[in-house]
Amino acid sequence: MHEYSIIQSLVDSVVAAVPRSAAVHRIDVRIGELAGVDCDLLATAYDVFRTGTICERASMQIDRVPAVWSCPDCGTEIARGSALRCPACGQPARLASGDEIILQRIELEVS
Amino acid sequence: MCQDCGCGDVNLVPLDVQQRILSRNDDVAAHNREHFGERAIFSVNLMGSPGAGKTAVLEATARALNGGRKLAAFAGDLATDNDAARLEKAGIRSKAITTGQACHLDAEMVHHALHHFDLSGVEYFFIENVGNLVCPAVYDLGQSVNVVALSVTEGEDKPLKYPTMFAKADLVLLTKVDLLMHLPYTRVGPIYDALGKVMPDPQVISMSAYDNVGVDRWIEWLTARREALPGVGLAGART
Repeated sequence: MHEYSIIQSLVDSVVAAVPRSAAVHRIDVRIGELAGVDCDLLATAYDVFRTGTICERASMQIDRVPAVWSCPDCGTEIARGSALRCPACGQPARLASGDEIILQRIELEVS
Repeated sequence: MCQDCGCGDVNLVPLDVQQRILSRNDDVAAHNREHFGERAIFSVNLMGSPGAGKTAVLEATARALNGGRKLAAFAGDLATDNDAARLEKAGIRSKAITTGQACHLDAEMVHHALHHFDLSGVEYFFIENVGNLVCPAVYDLGQSVNVVALSVTEGEDKPLKYPTMFAKADLVLLTKVDLLMHLPYTRVGPIYDALGKVMPDPQVISMSAYDNVGVDRWIEWLTARREALPGVGLAGART
């Protein structure tokens, strides 16, 4: 259940990124399929942990990024469930996307 | 309050951040990596399920290298220092990291444990992570490589069920192969096939710590990888 620890780091990142008096309206995060993070658990952890923090009134939008493996040489995309080698040239595939754990955007309320 | 028309809505201002949420952990991991690097220590984050044989692998490693002062380890567990005690008995300078309820080690825990730990003469440093195939894969500790112990008793499709762990592995140690004769429904071929679907270039060594099968190949792998470190081996001598 490391999602609680990730949320703690997320709130710390928001605190570091905005002025102390800022009203945080929404945060956007990107979580890759192979990041080792369960998005539902992350949302639950956020709802529990944000109380009393700068994110208390902020919603969290999770952008789930599918894992995409491709050939580093010819760019051929590997079909899901296949061996992670390029079917065209035999090279070991490289993860093009899907391991992100990113705080992407913060939306602030300005009066 | 909206300043444009006085409607009462607040203005929303976006702030583009694009920052890794675990950047603090990554910074500490980079610091740990410096600690190891400046001493030419090859560090291994050894992960795997509870009971996969991680401690037994390290005991076999100590036997093969005759113990000595060049091996050191941290052993992570929720409770007890049993594994660290086993490693000490095997001749490995060790310290337990007891995590309480935490299901993984993070870079800060390793950094804290490195304080006051004697690294003199150490060539290989093993971080035996908490037994778990999920959470430990998320946290960089400052290691040179990730090694995953997967025992043959865990089932042929374990890599497919925990793809993140295996995708991050530089090497898989297929442990307890001496038990295969008692497992009529477990075959090694499907385990390799499963690894090929979650690792782009699977490196696998079949091992039995019980009767030392594969230990020589493991030691060769460790030695070759350490000699590739800057300042170590022939590569270091040339630069």
